[in-house]
Amino acid sequence: MNLLGYFRSQRKRSAKVAKERLQILVARERAGAHTGGPDYLPALQEELLDVIRKYVEVDRDAVQIQLEKEGDYDILELNITLPDSHR
Amino acid sequence: MARIVVVTSGKGGVGKTTTSAALGTGLARAGHRTVVVDFDVGLRNLDLIMGCERRVVYDFVNVINQEATLNQAMIKDKRVDGLYILAASQTRDKDALTDEGVARVMEELARDFDYIVCDSPAGIERGAMMAMYHADEAIVVTNPEVSSVRDSDRVLGILSSKSRRAEEGREPVREHLLLTRYSPERVKQGDMLSVEDVREILGIDLLGVIPESKAVLNASNAGVPVILEEDTDAGQAYQDAVARFLGEDRPHRFLEAQKKGLFGRLFGS
Repeated sequence: MNLLGYFRSQRKRSAKVAKERLQILVARERAGAHTGGPDYLPALQEELLDVIRKYVEVDRDAVQIQLEKEGDYDILELNITLPDSHR
Repeated sequence: MARIVVVTSGKGGVGKTTTSAALGTGLARAGHRTVVVDFDVGLRNLDLIMGCERRVVYDFVNVINQEATLNQAMIKDKRVDGLYILAASQTRDKDALTDEGVARVMEELARDFDYIVCDSPAGIERGAMMAMYHADEAIVVTNPEVSSVRDSDRVLGILSSKSRRAEEGREPVREHLLLTRYSPERVKQGDMLSVEDVREILGIDLLGVIPESKAVLNASNAGVPVILEEDTDAGQAYQDAVARFLGEDRPHRFLEAQKKGLFGRLFGS
């Protein structure tokens, strides 16, 4: 490591950030591609988010929707992360 | 029976055409009759990288439209025996590559060649889908950079669901990762995804790592496939990759940063 690198090492290395972002993204995109979720999923997610926001302040990514196939059934999995203060 | 190899990536500018030219040349030099087909209809580039741009008379679309025979359209490489190029058309009609037309050309080429290397255009539009459809093997060219890795993953998804092998329920397309523009120094500093990072995310076998190298631009300037520049790092890395593709077990080179002197260590970046 060089002198400049020593000072830069205080922050998180960008390659590590890149890897973490990619792992999350790729996992999500693969899940979406395999189930081939219906087109209304994003809109559904938006509307659910609006409803939840009427009552609780949550981030945009607080609502996760996933559609999974199990035999003949489609399972809609809804995951809402509430902020700490509301628990 | 010929093996059909697609060189693909999703993202543009990562080195597909450079790789197609190097792979085709390497396979032919190993004694396999090889044709490299440019699927980038509208933007013809393979001929330029291989230095035969002034010899293009007929192209892929002419053959599909039966305006020329394959023998008329294929350009025989002047440096390497058993190497042929089929140039892309410069027509702007994106529907020029018909399913039946491409299938017929592939079938005809398969009778005469050991390897058909399909140089895919960027993106996942028609040309790219056509290049992937017939593949037995895929070389996924990836840069150690977020958008390229993401696009490569998308392309892998398409290969496993939309290729002919997938549709016919045959053994899946064999996928190989080729990491290009790799800079060991930046990986060491933690500013670039490492080979292991990319391999872990994409989950496919590593065919080779091509270091970021001046030799690639120099070779393309001259219209010489970089694999023929035998004393360059990129040229040697491509030679290794082709040897591995043909089943040889070769250690990976150019993965470690060059040692720097004291001055470089203190002030270099």
